[in-house]
Amino acid sequence: MAVQLQSESWELFGSLKLAKQLTAGETLARLGDEHPEIVALCADLGYPTRLADFGKKFPDRFFDFGIAEKNMVSAAAGLAATGKIPFVATYASFLGLLCCEQIRTDVAYPNLNVRLIGTHTGIAMGFYGSSHHATEDIAILRSMANMAVISPADGVAFAQMIEESVASYAGPIYFRVSRGREETVYTEGRPGNKIGKANVLREGRDITIIACGIEVKASLDAAEFLANQGIQARVIDMHTIKPLDLDAVLEAARETGAIVTVEEHNILGGLGGAVAEVLMESGISCKFKRHGIMDQYALIGKPYHLYKHYKLDGNGIASVVNDFLSR
Amino acid sequence: MNSPVEIVDKKEELYQRIRRKAQMSRAEVVRLIALAGSGHYGSSFSCAEIFATLYYHVMKYDSKNPKWKERDRFVMGKGHAAVGLYPILADVGFFPKEELDTYTEIGSAFGDHPDMNKIPGIDFSSGSLGHGISVCVGMALGSRMDGLQNRIFCLLGDGEIQEGQVWEAAMSAGNFQLGNLVAILDNNKVTVDGFTKDLMNIYPIREKWESFGWNVVEVNGHDVPALVATFDALPAPLSEKPTIVICDTISGKGVSFMEHTFEWHVANLADEDIKKALLEIEREVK
Repeated sequence: MAVQLQSESWELFGSLKLAKQLTAGETLARLGDEHPEIVALCADLGYPTRLADFGKKFPDRFFDFGIAEKNMVSAAAGLAATGKIPFVATYASFLGLLCCEQIRTDVAYPNLNVRLIGTHTGIAMGFYGSSHHATEDIAILRSMANMAVISPADGVAFAQMIEESVASYAGPIYFRVSRGREETVYTEGRPGNKIGKANVLREGRDITIIACGIEVKASLDAAEFLANQGIQARVIDMHTIKPLDLDAVLEAARETGAIVTVEEHNILGGLGGAVAEVLMESGISCKFKRHGIMDQYALIGKPYHLYKHYKLDGNGIASVVNDFLSR
Repeated sequence: MNSPVEIVDKKEELYQRIRRKAQMSRAEVVRLIALAGSGHYGSSFSCAEIFATLYYHVMKYDSKNPKWKERDRFVMGKGHAAVGLYPILADVGFFPKEELDTYTEIGSAFGDHPDMNKIPGIDFSSGSLGHGISVCVGMALGSRMDGLQNRIFCLLGDGEIQEGQVWEAAMSAGNFQLGNLVAILDNNKVTVDGFTKDLMNIYPIREKWESFGWNVVEVNGHDVPALVATFDALPAPLSEKPTIVICDTISGKGVSFMEHTFEWHVANLADEDIKKALLEIEREVK
């Protein structure tokens, strides 16, 4: 009997066919001939992370470490020490949390060209439960010196920044990407995502929504709802959380006087924390609110129910912005 | 062509040189730890002959070109014995010996654990136990991809193999058939809190590594001719089994009142004991 494949399916292999955001494997496969230094490592999640797409073309440069993530991260550091550019992918909960110390000590401190890809971030694993939720990884990785933290809005943005990282970026990067079921924001082939440079996707003078990752699309939806109510919201895709695009934040503070950050992460230490730090030190007066997971562990539930519950969908974000502006 | 007698003489000369360098390392450890006010005596002394055998006989490297791609690489899983390696790296020419005098000073390249960003000849930073062997798995994969015939050496402590990550690495090295990877276990039987066997029993050691697909060799880690013979007989880097050399060693080896104790694993010698220790170390090799 064939696997039932529908838009609401969470079946592992079937739902991969619906994935749009997990473009690392195919991007690296495309770059692999020109860049023999690219290698890819996974820990029994080569298919769910789609890194296996690289392994299909370059089996000799693809290493599956089995269910042993710490060993994989340290080995990636060893590979980088021999001049390779290792891309390491597994679920964010096992990468950013389980391997925190290996990342800090073996990758970030020596400032090696290791690219870490944490997939299925935030509450994307929904009913898998707290062990599989990753709402702390931005805070953890952001606190490591040398480490860049990037949360692309979609698969097109992810591919563009992977390409840039291979072509011209030196040092470790943590890419935070969701499970791949999200709607796209960017048009294929149009360059628009540069590491460290935020994208203003919608102009507005009343308030700015700064979002990262899958919350960028949800924030654009929210801005649409708000426009119908006469509120013009600027929407910034802050894909690079570290180093943060200070100018984009400060301009938004000056020009709109109110900022809401949106992320599928604990409001402590994530995108909201990063923006708050900049604002407080700037001396610019600006209303400010962090929106995300409010320092709690998320409920079990199907992802689309959870995003709704935590007001991380378009309607939810619009209601949060409305409440904030009316305070 | 050398006559058999000349060959024996040359071998004896090599052994004596290695022994002298091991004692030089021990004497420098005593001097440097005095500068710091605290350090790992027991663990550095147990490795002295291993360090000397590697750097004066076994490993391929170019101290004037520390990043030479085809070099053998050496990673200290047990980074806390670095104070014993620094004098040897200086002696073979990676940096001037005088630089060691900055040991543990603010901003010095030389701390209790080795730092690849600051010290030429250190192939990877370490300090957190259990990582080094995984790093070496990655290096061995990288070398193999590049078609190199070099070896990746990793020094492990017997306490260190209590770390679970070591066994993840052991499994993967066997799985990836990394014949260019050589682990060296400094089995000095001591950790901070006491004797390894009393704290968390790691025995049997040989059988564990064999079951992960490793070639296992056992040797007295202070017997220089035995160490030389063991490393000379390593399987070729292109072979399919990683090798572990289990070295039976004595913590604090070379200073009688430190041997077989765990109290000297991390400690500081009083002034009168420094003289006593140095006398014993200097007496060892004529």
